[in-house]
Amino acid sequence: MSDYNFAYLDEQTKRMIRRAILKGVAIPGYQVPFASREMPMPYGWGTGGVQVTAACLTPDDQLKVIDQGADDTTNAVSIRKFFEKTAEVATTEHTSEATVIQTRHRIPEEPLGEDQILVYQVPIPEPLRFLEPRETETRKMHSLEEYGLMHVKLYEDIARHGHIATAYAYPVRVEGRYVMDPSPIPKFDNPKMEMAAIQLFGAGREQRIYAIPPYTQVVSLDFEDHPFEASKADHPCALCGAEDSYLDEVIVDDAGGRMFVCSDTDYCAGRRAGQAA
Amino acid sequence: MQTDVLTGGFSNPAVQSATGFRAALSALARPGRIEEIAGAQAPSPVSDAAATLLLVLCDPETPIHLAGACDTPEIREWIAFHIGAPIVAPEGAHFALGTWSALGPHHRFAIGTPEYPDRAATLIVETEALEPGGARLSGPGIEDSARLCLPDTDLFQANRALFPLGLDFFFTCGTRLAGLPRSTYVEAI
Repeated sequence: MSDYNFAYLDEQTKRMIRRAILKGVAIPGYQVPFASREMPMPYGWGTGGVQVTAACLTPDDQLKVIDQGADDTTNAVSIRKFFEKTAEVATTEHTSEATVIQTRHRIPEEPLGEDQILVYQVPIPEPLRFLEPRETETRKMHSLEEYGLMHVKLYEDIARHGHIATAYAYPVRVEGRYVMDPSPIPKFDNPKMEMAAIQLFGAGREQRIYAIPPYTQVVSLDFEDHPFEASKADHPCALCGAEDSYLDEVIVDDAGGRMFVCSDTDYCAGRRAGQAA
Repeated sequence: MQTDVLTGGFSNPAVQSATGFRAALSALARPGRIEEIAGAQAPSPVSDAAATLLLVLCDPETPIHLAGACDTPEIREWIAFHIGAPIVAPEGAHFALGTWSALGPHHRFAIGTPEYPDRAATLIVETEALEPGGARLSGPGIEDSARLCLPDTDLFQANRALFPLGLDFFFTCGTRLAGLPRSTYVEAI
């Protein structure tokens, strides 16, 4: 065993986080305050997600960490190494093999199953924050179900752009009650939030944890005449040819050349391996 | 079950609390599913599941209410040694332990406030039997419907009507554990 307590955090901190997670599960979409700790990484690098993952991990878990869908970017690699060192937990890049998946800003393309936990890193957990900066007011708005301001914001999008221009962090309503920020996932991923896995959200700097239990109703806010649309770039993936996955636009030269590739690297690699076989 | 208050704790706290928590998370996130949870033994009549749950979730920051037969000097001493939680009246409790009838009347427990619905009590209910069957459950965590034998239905329906306020429940029997969050709809069959 290394010189760290299992999964880095001390036991009392983990109990506090675990109690917050359970209350979050009992009240889907409600942001539970918790005493977020300083972690050995800067705020904005997933300290909330890391604390939730640390409170959930057991030695039998297989951990996968993705950043914008990719397993091999700086944030994903460093968090994976952090848990390899402090929890000595097995890691994987394959969505289907993972029992705990920590993610920044994407939901894997492959549907998740019953025995998986998806942990989101959340920068700003309060969906109303940019509309109302005062915490006392947004808390009261949630308690009164006063969400008219959010619909006004979406309406102003339509008035200005002709359609709802919000493309990521698209607000959802959970189980007909709380309006929730799904973290900055593209709105393409919003329909996937009604899934079989447990979804946990951790915001370290803002000190909030929230959750969506499996099969919970998650509705993206919209209007009857402007229904929600899960949009993506209108291209197939340049590497694997997938037409159903979310794509990243990659600039490939100085002459304006570009290509669209799957943001989910495991999904793309799996498809290419399947085509080669 | 054991009698010495100094024994019955976890031998490997970090790992045993982690696996215990995962069982509790799975039980509460999927009402109707019955999980196995063990590792701690408290003095009689506390079940291993309830003792483990207390060790996983409670510490000096969480006042506990002991109801009925669970309120014995041995159990108080066991909690004082292993957990350090204050023992309080129902009104101030974050967690409560006892049989269904001993915990009543249930409206004494905190149900949270509109601004902070998370400030509600979690009741650990010791049961004689914990089986899938009985009341029909639906709501978050349940794909279609689930069944769980519950000691009551009217009270759980009234509890659901308070949503997002309300009480959350764990049911324990031996080493078995089931959860019933406030978000679940309960229907008698």
